[in-house]
Amino acid sequence: MTSLPSLPTPKKLGLVIDLDTCVGCHACVVSCKEWNTGGYGSALSDQDPYGADVSGAWLNRVHSFEVVPEGGEVVGEAGQARIVHFPKSCLHCEDAPCVTVCPTGASYKRSADGIVLVDEDKCIGCGLCAWACPYGAREMDLAAGVMKKCTLCIDRIYNETLEEVDRVPSCVRTCPANARHFGDLGDPNSAVSILVAERGGMDLMPEQGTKPVNKYLPPRPRKSLAESAHTLPLAENTEGAKGFFAWLDGMLDRI
Amino acid sequence: MHPAFSIIIFTTLSGLGYGLAGVLGLDLLDPAATATKCAHALALALISVGLLSSAGHLGNPQRAWRAFSQWRSSWLSREGVMSIITFVPLLVSAWASIAEGRYLALPGFLGAVLCAVTVYCTSMIYASLKSVQAWHTPLTPVCYLLFAAAGGFVLASVFAFAGGGNTRVLPLLAIVFLVAAWATKLRWRKRMKDLVPLSTPESATGLGNIGRVRLFERPHVTENYLTREMGFKVARKHAEKLWRIALVAGGVVPAVLLLALAALGGQGTLPVTIASLAALAHWAGVFVERWLFFAEARHSVMNYYGG
Repeated sequence: MTSLPSLPTPKKLGLVIDLDTCVGCHACVVSCKEWNTGGYGSALSDQDPYGADVSGAWLNRVHSFEVVPEGGEVVGEAGQARIVHFPKSCLHCEDAPCVTVCPTGASYKRSADGIVLVDEDKCIGCGLCAWACPYGAREMDLAAGVMKKCTLCIDRIYNETLEEVDRVPSCVRTCPANARHFGDLGDPNSAVSILVAERGGMDLMPEQGTKPVNKYLPPRPRKSLAESAHTLPLAENTEGAKGFFAWLDGMLDRI
Repeated sequence: MHPAFSIIIFTTLSGLGYGLAGVLGLDLLDPAATATKCAHALALALISVGLLSSAGHLGNPQRAWRAFSQWRSSWLSREGVMSIITFVPLLVSAWASIAEGRYLALPGFLGAVLCAVTVYCTSMIYASLKSVQAWHTPLTPVCYLLFAAAGGFVLASVFAFAGGGNTRVLPLLAIVFLVAAWATKLRWRKRMKDLVPLSTPESATGLGNIGRVRLFERPHVTENYLTREMGFKVARKHAEKLWRIALVAGGVVPAVLLLALAALGGQGTLPVTIASLAALAHWAGVFVERWLFFAEARHSVMNYYGG
């Protein structure tokens, strides 16, 4: 049924992505592809995988943006411009437009935990859900002819055969910078909700009216290099040296 | 947006077919004339070819029957359901004309209404998408309906000159709808050009309060499904040229030809040939218009891809 759940889902499972700590290593991208090509549904195919024009279905991708403040310069580290690495996957929206446009009932949002999924046995591969998603979270698998999307690793998070520490999405488990967090955003006392409240977590494209569950934590304000420069101790200065170094300083002065 | 050939064929041919079927349903052609019987067959053929073509872009066309199930929420599903329901009165009307030379008011009128509803559902597939701002306007269904009506009357004029009906009223109605369709389309296009983007790289990344956001690196060096499907771009100079080609071929040429034929009056081989040329020009023009409808529309996902 491609109507959205009539009541707010009791749980809102989703991700919180920290744009301050993401280093843009793409480990989550590779880990996602690895897990999901052997997990839920058909494999995530690639076309021309070893050729020049390689392309394929991925459920998570990292973009990199340059942000230039008002009046800022774009001259490497001297200017104010900064690079923000930006991982993007399905946001499991409360008002998911990809679900309601589906003509077959293949796309659905689970009423228990809010996860948006595709039933691949019902998908006709019309691609309308990918058009409806403003974020580009869905990609067609050209080999299977069905739509693929992030499942929030549904085959990990409830999987009791895994160690408890592994019952989180593959991207979260693998992130070496701890920039990805998984939890229930419907519970105001969950760790992710507290993180969002403390760091001012934000929605992507709120104007599209999709009410995304996933939140992004903005990069912390950064001091410019020029501003920090005067706090650096100068190498030539020996003022304030104590003990052995004060003695050495004096001795070397006398020689 | 990527202008898929199968979808352009589908929307243009089914639009023409539903337009012609609608005109036939309003009893504007003599049901006993051979020309009208041919018109019924052509309308059904155009609709069928269009609908079959729409299945051409599916990844799993063998499951297409499932698309009839979600009419509560999905315009694509509604369009599928309506297209099948509409076949019932259209087949009854066609059978009454072809086999018995009669016009049946109830199936005729019902068929005309359902044709309009089906075209409306088709247009709403696009108009309902907030992610494609150019399409997300009530003008989109108005354009689709007026183009279907214009195409229907242009085709009906061909059959009128072939002996099926009034050779002044039908061409004049065709001209009225041609003018209305292209005038509305002109407004639609002006709206698209004047649009202030709803979503920007700043809102897409949430980084707007730090500063201006520019894509530094795509996630990968080659194209992907999203950039192929949503990132289609057409050179501005070509778009303007194509728009003029669409307007001339799809609007000016058929209107002038039909006006001349209506002024001269009479039926026969020459008027039919000229009216057929007018219909072909109209279809070619609408084909280009539909190509631009996709090619010029920008999808919000391109905010993440620097497009």
